[in-house]
Amino acid sequence: MGARWVRHRKAELRTFEGDGLPTHAATPRLVVLPGTRDEVIAVVRALHAAGCPWVARGAGTGLSGGALASEDSVLLVLTRLNRILQLDPVRRRAVVEPGVVNARLSEAVLPFGLFYAPDPSSQSACTLGGNVAENAGGPHCLKYGVTTNHVVELEVLLPDGSLARLGSPQGEAWGPDLTGLFVGSEGMFGIALQITLRLTPLPQAIRTLLADFGTVRAASEAVGAIIAAGIVPAALEMMDQECIRAVEASIYAAGYPVDAGAVLLVELDGQPDAVAAESGQVEALLTRAGARGTRSASTPLERARLWQGRKKAFGAMGRIAPDLVVQDAVVPRSALPDVLEQITGIGRKYGLTVSNVFHAGDGNLHPNISFDHRDRDLAERVHRASREIMAVCVAAGGSITGEHGVGSDKLEYMSLIFDADTLAAMCDLRRVFDPEERANPRKVVPVHYCREWR
Amino acid sequence: MNDSIFMRLRHAFGEPMVERDREGRPRVLPDSADGVAELCSLAHSNGWRVRVEGQASWMPADAPADIALATGGLSRIVQVAPADLVATVEAGVTLAGLQRELVSLGAWLALDPPGRPDRSIGSIVATGTAGPLRHGLGPVRDHILGGTIVTGDGRVIRAGGNVVKNVAGYDLTKLQVGGFGAFGVLTQLHVRLRALPALRATLVARGDRDLLTHQARALMEKQLAASALELFSPALAAESEWVLALELTGTVEGVESEVARAMESAETPWTRLAPEPAAALWHATARGALAGPVTFRLGVFPDGQDEMIDLLEDHLDTGLVSAGPGQGMLRWSGDAPVDALREVRHRTAEREIPLTLERAPWPLRSALGHFGAYREGVGRLVSKLRSTFDPDPTFAVALEGGPDE
Repeated sequence: MGARWVRHRKAELRTFEGDGLPTHAATPRLVVLPGTRDEVIAVVRALHAAGCPWVARGAGTGLSGGALASEDSVLLVLTRLNRILQLDPVRRRAVVEPGVVNARLSEAVLPFGLFYAPDPSSQSACTLGGNVAENAGGPHCLKYGVTTNHVVELEVLLPDGSLARLGSPQGEAWGPDLTGLFVGSEGMFGIALQITLRLTPLPQAIRTLLADFGTVRAASEAVGAIIAAGIVPAALEMMDQECIRAVEASIYAAGYPVDAGAVLLVELDGQPDAVAAESGQVEALLTRAGARGTRSASTPLERARLWQGRKKAFGAMGRIAPDLVVQDAVVPRSALPDVLEQITGIGRKYGLTVSNVFHAGDGNLHPNISFDHRDRDLAERVHRASREIMAVCVAAGGSITGEHGVGSDKLEYMSLIFDADTLAAMCDLRRVFDPEERANPRKVVPVHYCREWR
Repeated sequence: MNDSIFMRLRHAFGEPMVERDREGRPRVLPDSADGVAELCSLAHSNGWRVRVEGQASWMPADAPADIALATGGLSRIVQVAPADLVATVEAGVTLAGLQRELVSLGAWLALDPPGRPDRSIGSIVATGTAGPLRHGLGPVRDHILGGTIVTGDGRVIRAGGNVVKNVAGYDLTKLQVGGFGAFGVLTQLHVRLRALPALRATLVARGDRDLLTHQARALMEKQLAASALELFSPALAAESEWVLALELTGTVEGVESEVARAMESAETPWTRLAPEPAAALWHATARGALAGPVTFRLGVFPDGQDEMIDLLEDHLDTGLVSAGPGQGMLRWSGDAPVDALREVRHRTAEREIPLTLERAPWPLRSALGHFGAYREGVGRLVSKLRSTFDPDPTFAVALEGGPDE
């Protein structure tokens, strides 16, 4: 590959010691940046022959420490494999390499009136290979589905250096649904070398509504009322007061009412007539649920302004403290108000600033904890609060992650939702793809469940 | 041998839970995942072959086995949370029974598989058989959030969860959806529901296949928000011509505005059906698949459907065809000898089109397999998955076919 694409000096390796999760870091043994499919295959085969563990990653924007490689592992950075190999606007398919940036695909297919629907907040930087590994979501997944709903075929490189072609461009599994198994396997089953994705027609009309509520509870009830009415908004997002204030105090100020207990962003898309009719219905539901006011936007400029605060909320929180843990959990929609109250209580108990900005429509919470990692005591309190937040979400019938993955961060919570036999079955499944357990070692399932005698 | 197994099972499970089927084979009806696990564990350690039966209204209950495991004892609707639009049901619950319960709670499960309405949820999931609603509301996998699986050697796996978004751990559920029971038996499922639509409208157009295909394409270009868009052969629709059927679901305003758009400039005129005839059409076309002993699906793009229908006409007969001219997929039902089916699978594979055998008598299933050939590297993974989740196979399932299965 040439010396340029193999990094081994300490200072170079430090560049790759973290991802988007500020609480974890690890220095890889070596970093390689292959530039072609054949180079990736050659590297993995060489590592297999040497018995060396490795971690594949894209842009490193993940939020669960899933792309960290420790001293025994080689880090394969796939961002140079960034070609869109094929676009078929008639069949609405794209074939891409794993290093293509999410937003770039939507830009490339815009002239055909299409877009790629999953839109994680990091979409201007994150790669589609990473999205596949994590089964990434995003605000518009409420209507359009998450990554797994858009991946139809994968050419994968297994950790033993062999290749397999999963799924079909048509979307029919062609055997058991191995594509479905591979998506979301957090880089532990192999590397997706070629990804065939479904593209979606751009909606002909979009309307965004901002509703302002006195309390989080009232906003949560409005969410339930919209869904119960059979309306599936493209996005249904909530921000609490802490978050609104952080946004409004920043350069991303979007004109959100700073005295609101919570705001809801509701986006409807589709045909102009249907969107107009449904917006009327949604406005009535919001008012009935106690909205103090609603604002509506249908031009791209107005919509962008309403969305700005939501999309830049994490950036705005940089004003509060140097570090931010973006937590991720899911609860049944009906449990939102109670769980949010409990999260506020946990924040108070540990003296932490917790703000909430999240995908309310599918109950996918993102409690954000601002802190400074240099303060050891503070970091410990963040860890304890995170653990309690997870326990509260699980007790409400939820899950420990909706879209960020388990990675290193949530290993310790896996036993909160899965019993030992199920965790052992996950280990067994992993060994089908990677018998030597060399791809992204020690992630997702705590190792002792894999060793357990049954 | 049947007798000694029968006695041992009665001893282990008690008399009421063990009966004999028509051929005198022991049939066990466990009423819990633990019961299923106990049975699988016993069968595995004794080397008994087990066939899993739901309502036996889709897959014939004819796989050679020492024991039948019937899911009829797993027939509870465990929980419905209408506000969260999720439900937990046991695998033996029938789709019709579940829908009745859901309607009263203002919700529905957006699945309309081929076959009779009393198919069990377990059967629908294990065979991955989605009907016309897959067009707008997704294939079977999109509706399944998790569930309880018992492996061939009696381990109990509780996969996924009961929330609509979840990426915790590997997605073990995906292996079961369309896995034909080769990787475990489903005992309980968490499903995603939808709010009952305020309005459902069905439009039909009748005529020449080419014209209707063209009409379907025009709707796709208009981006009509349809829940179902399906083309039925005359035999399946029980009419003299091909039928294109369109279903719209949602709010009254939303549906009416889409009905109006569909009606605009249609070359072949649409007829809007009243609710009863509409329901009758969808039911009849779903049940129609049962008129022949064999059903298979082809994973084909919309633009390849014409060629496939012609190919089926050449090698089999036009038969009972249901095709998705919007999103693809074609389902054929009828009667055909094994050689003809093998030839069709060979021809479709040449065109990179998978043929999944959804339903057939055992001799055909075992000769052809549900999947037949795999693509590069997949066969090895499938056999490892099989030996992981059903070691020394307990379950009588023919995934690949051939004399050994």
